[in-house]
Amino acid sequence: MDWGFIFERVMTAAIGPEVIVFALAAIGLNVQFGYAGLLNFGQVGFMAAGAYGVGMAVYWLNISFWLGIGLGLVYALILAMLLGLPTLRLRADYLAIVTIASSETIRLFVRWRGNSGRTGASEGIGEFARPFYDLNPLDNAARYQFGPFNFLGRDLWVVIIGWILVGIALLLVWQWMRSPWGRALKAIREDEDAARALGKNSYVYKLQALLIGGLIASVAGMLQVIQKAAVQPDTFNPVITFMIWTILILGGPGRVWSPVIGSMIYWSLIVFLENFLRQLPPGSRSTLESTIKLSDFNISQFRFILVGLGLILLARYRPQGIFGSREEMALDDR
Amino acid sequence: MTDDEFTPGRTAGGGGAAALRATDYGNPVAGVFDEIEPVPGVSKPDPILVADGVVKTFGGLTAVDVDHLEIQRGAITALIGPNGAGKTTFFNLLTGFDRPDRGSVSLEGEDISRVPPHKLARRGMVRTFQLTKALSRMTVLDNMKLGATGQRGESIWRSLVGPLWASQEVEVQGRAEELLDRFNMTHMAGEFAGTLSGGQRKLIEMARALMTDPKLVMLDEPMAGVNPALTQSLLGHVKGLRSEGRSVIFVEHDMDVVRDISDWVVVMAEGQIIAEGTPDAIGKNQAVVDAYLGQHHDQDLSADDGISERSPGRGPDSGGGDE
Repeated sequence: MDWGFIFERVMTAAIGPEVIVFALAAIGLNVQFGYAGLLNFGQVGFMAAGAYGVGMAVYWLNISFWLGIGLGLVYALILAMLLGLPTLRLRADYLAIVTIASSETIRLFVRWRGNSGRTGASEGIGEFARPFYDLNPLDNAARYQFGPFNFLGRDLWVVIIGWILVGIALLLVWQWMRSPWGRALKAIREDEDAARALGKNSYVYKLQALLIGGLIASVAGMLQVIQKAAVQPDTFNPVITFMIWTILILGGPGRVWSPVIGSMIYWSLIVFLENFLRQLPPGSRSTLESTIKLSDFNISQFRFILVGLGLILLARYRPQGIFGSREEMALDDR
Repeated sequence: MTDDEFTPGRTAGGGGAAALRATDYGNPVAGVFDEIEPVPGVSKPDPILVADGVVKTFGGLTAVDVDHLEIQRGAITALIGPNGAGKTTFFNLLTGFDRPDRGSVSLEGEDISRVPPHKLARRGMVRTFQLTKALSRMTVLDNMKLGATGQRGESIWRSLVGPLWASQEVEVQGRAEELLDRFNMTHMAGEFAGTLSGGQRKLIEMARALMTDPKLVMLDEPMAGVNPALTQSLLGHVKGLRSEGRSVIFVEHDMDVVRDISDWVVVMAEGQIIAEGTPDAIGKNQAVVDAYLGQHHDQDLSADDGISERSPGRGPDSGGGDE
């Protein structure tokens, strides 16, 4: 077993594009759920909004890639309004229902054949991200190695821009949550009626939180499709939303850093398990193959099973997440 | 309402009850009510809040049907009545948390029956809740600071620029600490509100409401579930509000408390106001006695001529006429 190789893979993954994309999406969800208490089960819909904004700008509207980023943000804004305006006056569960349905509606709509001229239908969109990589000061095709990290030039460019975006998002969230605005938001999470009685327009605050979280997630979606250089409708399936939730719960909702740390741990674990299982000595491999039918083809499913097991243990022994405080969590029950 | 539940004098010891008579706190409205006739809907010399023909139905049930009610400025008005009398529903209608089917509510002459609660708080009307709403996962100090109205840093854009609200934040914090001190809660400032006891939660909720600097404070059962010693302290604080010139309306079940601090008592039963008067007059009012004792004898209550004569009409033409 090549531990050095596994270590390198894990370290590279821990700061890689996937971690960044999911960290951003989870930062958005953290604003919505961690601070405002909104149950958004359609975060992947906002990612799709951003992704298709960029893709459709180039593919359908024939406008510049950079305008497409603006279009993605506009899509996310429209989506937040559509979801929030009718539901945020109602009880919290209504938003949950609407969001979970909306993200699937979006996926099915963009992959509908009638949309092939606009969204590329099930084939999706390629060849749109060139302007992004043209700005890369590094060599897109070269490999770069520093310490245990090993990236292709084009991925390293995504990683650099990605971490800058994560930094900006964290800074914004940190400043918002230490301000009176964040205080009002937390009060609404704790008890909406109390906040209203004290002069806070909870509807507007919740709408703002949904919007901010959605915009951040749309940036995550853009970054994801830029890195993959393709917009594929089926990458935006509901499982992504639940992975984002997992990451947020893992880190501990309502803490500025938790989405980033949650994302790093989650993806490191996934990559570690994958490589570990693949490199098991032939003896153990054949035992696993004969007992639980583990093969090269289902290792990627199997690692999710193990991660799920880990989550069950987390829920049992550390329900507040990595950063959360147990005492604070216990207050919920009173 | 049993008499043996609690009497102020008993727990506060010897002169405790006397020491907390309203007059000792300086009652700005002492004597105002002497000349007012104790009948439902009677007009007051200087009303801060007026409800007119307020009706609220839930399906076939008429929860509230108040013909006319005026609340005197600067006084402590108690709203009492048996369980299910519609007190809390009426409270919700007055504070914008629920909308009346018919009728109007006006605060200082302006119609507020369609004004949402958060705007009422900015206009100087604040409420607390029967089930105390401490914001558990926020500190006591943050609970207090939340109460301040007109905070510049509560705008999503301005909140990003610290210097725009930093000075106001200092001022708000100063006011919060002052109030915490007045309510003897300073030592709890840094604790999560969720760790407070039931009584402390009542205190923090009242203190937090005062952060809005209200003209009218509406307390929904401020003494419910509070131990007798703390009840005395809460009563003191309510009287303190009056001496500051604020008006208070509170819902209460304990007649001793009502007798102790209120200047005027409004009695509700089955959604209607069946009596109004000074605490002494209310104690002798036959309709009130019937309403309370009738809780377990429904037929007696509905057959009681005194009530149906006193209560404002329930006919279709009694709802204020502005449908």
